[in-house]
Amino acid sequence: MKIRLESAKCDGFGTCAQHSPELFELDEWGYASVKGDGEVPPRLEAEVNRAIADCPVHAIIAG
Amino acid sequence: MTAEPVALAPPLSLSDGAARWNREAMALVPGAGLPAPLVVDRDTRETLVEYVRADGPSGRKLIDAVEAAELRGRGGAGFPMAVKMRSVAGREGPRTVVANGDEGEPLAVKDRYLLRIRPHLVLDGLLRVAEAVSADRAVVYLSDTIAADSVSKALRELGGTAVPVDVVRVPRTYVGGEESAVVRAIDGGPPLPTDKPPRPFESGVGGTPTLVANVETLARIPGIAAGRASQTVLLTLTGAVTRPGLYEVPLGAPLRDLVQPAGKPRGFLMGGFFAGLLGPRALDIPFGFTELGAEGSGLGCGAVSVLGPHDCPVAAAADVLAYFDRENARQCGPCIRGTAAMAEALRELAGGGASDARLEKLEGWSRSLRGRGACATLDGACNVVASLLREFPSLVAEHRAAPCPRCAALGAADRTAPDIDPQPEAP
Repeated sequence: MKIRLESAKCDGFGTCAQHSPELFELDEWGYASVKGDGEVPPRLEAEVNRAIADCPVHAIIAG
Repeated sequence: MTAEPVALAPPLSLSDGAARWNREAMALVPGAGLPAPLVVDRDTRETLVEYVRADGPSGRKLIDAVEAAELRGRGGAGFPMAVKMRSVAGREGPRTVVANGDEGEPLAVKDRYLLRIRPHLVLDGLLRVAEAVSADRAVVYLSDTIAADSVSKALRELGGTAVPVDVVRVPRTYVGGEESAVVRAIDGGPPLPTDKPPRPFESGVGGTPTLVANVETLARIPGIAAGRASQTVLLTLTGAVTRPGLYEVPLGAPLRDLVQPAGKPRGFLMGGFFAGLLGPRALDIPFGFTELGAEGSGLGCGAVSVLGPHDCPVAAAADVLAYFDRENARQCGPCIRGTAAMAEALRELAGGGASDARLEKLEGWSRSLRGRGACATLDGACNVVASLLREFPSLVAEHRAAPCPRCAALGAADRTAPDIDPQPEAP
């Protein structure tokens, strides 16, 4: 599984980093970025799927 | 900046239509070593009758010739043109080709020159590329009204083209020429970038595979087709130089051979506002894609602004960041907040009031914000900050110790290329 984040959509809700702090980090203004190259380790897939589903602006794209 | 206003559009009389273009070398600019004319009049604009269309290969053979010529995009990114052509040609049609002449870079004038003065050269390149990739539609995308008139007139002169050509005009903004913004605007949306993927070659105008090429890139296609490609680049030269203007110069020549600084230069703004600052060592670096890239800089759109003895690289960086803070697309949070934060820190540095903590932050932002926007505007801002800290460490240290008298004298300035529109006639 691989994901990417659409910068123009992210509004800094921070839901992703709550669900999956290992994969998402927030900058000092609260905007998210994906750590590494976006490849999701199998053990994190469940929480990343929650992050995707819960992002209020649908800024996380799988695939 | 208190630089004297300069004329980028020298009054040139080129009445000898037959001799003014150096046809053997397929030069883009008339008169070797002379600045290009930028103001359209009867003497400067090349008509269809004057334009000599050279014979040459078409289709896949043209793509092979473009590959052999190692033509790289002249809009800023320097992407290999043949790769772009193959990616679009290899996809199922219909396909679209766009001549991108929006020229958002404030320090560049070359695209407007080509569209205003040599519209037939650009259209010839566009139509050859459209044929080579089997495009069904071509678009000239621009912002300059004089260029739009010149291209529309050229299309009327042609009477008809093998592929329909539309002219789409948008307001001139920094981000409007970014390729996803180009696609969005042609489709009727705002000229603002989108997140990638998809890239235009995958899904562009109307969802079709789309090739977006800078007009200078396209203007080089007829020469390549004719087997007389000149290894040159259009250089927009501004700032503290004896003769500002637009020049056609050899690709890869040291900047020292291309630029006559007025006074000892203190630094250089490279690639318009995008490729950052270089110290005086820039004079010995060859003006080429790989050579400048290896030095942490870039050729970009070919614009160089020289910072003279009374200028200051810190003030220049502060001015450019203030511009990015104002002119970013206001779409991506990290870009909106990041450019504002970096602009504020640089303004403090210029005023002698930047703390150690603020400078540490500034350095951190120049690394951590890279790649965090949908388009490359934020990367351009990071380039300027990172290069200032890298190229001018002692100057930055001096600015922390005491306020800089040069920065104080300069104040905030726009640092854009002088207006190239003709002055209204006195009543």
